[in-house]
Amino acid sequence: MRLSDEERAMLAGAMGEPRRRAIAHQIAVGAFFDAADFVPVSQAHIMADTESLGENGLSFLEDLAAAPAAERRVRVPTMTDPRGLDFAVYRRLGQTPAMAAREARAIAALKALGVLMTDTCITYQTVMAPLSGDHVAYGDTGIVIYANSILGARGNFEGGPSALAAALTGRTPRYGHHLDAQRRGTKRFRLGAAPRDLAEWGALGGLIGEACGSYWEVPVVEGLSAVPGSDALKHFGAALASFGSVALFHMPPVTAGTADETAAAPAAAAAIGRGDIDAFLARYAAPGDKLDIVVFAAPQLSLFEIERVADGLDGRRIHPEVTVVVATSPEVKHAADRLGLTRRIEAAGAIVAAGICFYQSYAREMAERNGWVRLLTNSAKLVNILGGYGYRPSLSSLERCLASAVAGRIV
Amino acid sequence: MPIRLLCHPGIGPAVRGTALVAADNFSARYDLDRDRGIFRRPTHKLAGQSYVGRILVLNEAKGGVASAWMLAEMKRRGIAPKALVFNRVNPILAQGAAFAGLALVDRCAGDVTQLIHTGDELEIDPAQGRIDILNRDA
Repeated sequence: MRLSDEERAMLAGAMGEPRRRAIAHQIAVGAFFDAADFVPVSQAHIMADTESLGENGLSFLEDLAAAPAAERRVRVPTMTDPRGLDFAVYRRLGQTPAMAAREARAIAALKALGVLMTDTCITYQTVMAPLSGDHVAYGDTGIVIYANSILGARGNFEGGPSALAAALTGRTPRYGHHLDAQRRGTKRFRLGAAPRDLAEWGALGGLIGEACGSYWEVPVVEGLSAVPGSDALKHFGAALASFGSVALFHMPPVTAGTADETAAAPAAAAAIGRGDIDAFLARYAAPGDKLDIVVFAAPQLSLFEIERVADGLDGRRIHPEVTVVVATSPEVKHAADRLGLTRRIEAAGAIVAAGICFYQSYAREMAERNGWVRLLTNSAKLVNILGGYGYRPSLSSLERCLASAVAGRIV
Repeated sequence: MPIRLLCHPGIGPAVRGTALVAADNFSARYDLDRDRGIFRRPTHKLAGQSYVGRILVLNEAKGGVASAWMLAEMKRRGIAPKALVFNRVNPILAQGAAFAGLALVDRCAGDVTQLIHTGDELEIDPAQGRIDILNRDA
């Protein structure tokens, strides 16, 4: 890689050990992907829940945090992805004081590095959206795909160590979606039916993700009949990234891609119709099954989604054998508290958690401790992930999720 | 003379070990029981099998960013694969391998999930972008 004078100084340790380690890691990754040089980033976002960190990651963060302040502070605004637990509700979810202690260690270390504890996977709905052309280092696949596709920013999936490295150096290797060449469409899909709710937008993302099956594919989706809205494309993108590891899509006219980028995909389009979406949902169907838990998360809920949950629960009572978890960002939770939405949701017996996203929250341990097996959600991303955690997940609309939570079984 | 596969230069140290192969994709979070060291996801082609100390040979990386932290933690606890060989990885597995000091190669000449068989003895040199299948002759 071609290095500037400042980058060579970082690599030589002239700017401290944290930045030396960071840029050495970035050069290893950049060389693997044939990056020619570095590109400055405007924001970083770190996934660092303690389930993923483990003791190794925690010790790594604490080691960096012990460096002198001038050497350890991040160089660009840096945010965090959801944490492993919400200290206000963790006992109700069967999480343990040992988990809470690990979270406290991670939080202390990240704060010492100058990281803003935003604890959210919807920064574009809650903190600050990047502009078209912004180069970013984001550590959540849902944020990356939304920022790349809808906002026109440029970034790769940056795992925790790499996002932190970018925060410490203020740059990232220029490869993948930082390059014009990687923004060109590679596969074309044509919608024959419009998804009717967020679960169906997730199902559509899952279908296209499975058809792509690679980070390096860029689907072009045609046939949009109406502007879907931010929450719909949030679920679509999160599922596309989850099922396909895809980081960029073009969906004219609501995405930021250029006409040339969209036209680059082969003309022959794969059709996706009502039957495909219904079949996707049917994979997870379990009508009549006794229900253990309903989760609204992955991605965290926007304020509008929270309002829909509150509206749907007014005057109802959740079945005593069902747990309902609503996960959102701390900023949305504050707003929901202020607007009375949290009170309405919790009056029905649900838990509103701030700063977590369920699957990053020791989901397997919670399942074992609480006896949770049958899980219902409107998040296609969540059903995809939790199959490996021992759950039997089902996917349905928000309204059916709520009706099932009240009935105690899937309706 | 062993069969030699040429790949893109990779990450991590040269290693030797036994292959565990499937024409399937991979995420440490989605697919593994990281306490027992087995594939847990019921629909994965390696479901129920131990990956510990094996050279995992798979198609693509999938899903999210967690593997970037998890590979290093798995290595610390002695429940990591010995190396990763993929047809093509996403940035997360490359970042995770670099952070963990785990051997990784991809972009080889041909489909590694077909060219390499479970049980093959492999020698991988990431710096040279080279895999030798020691138990079969070219």
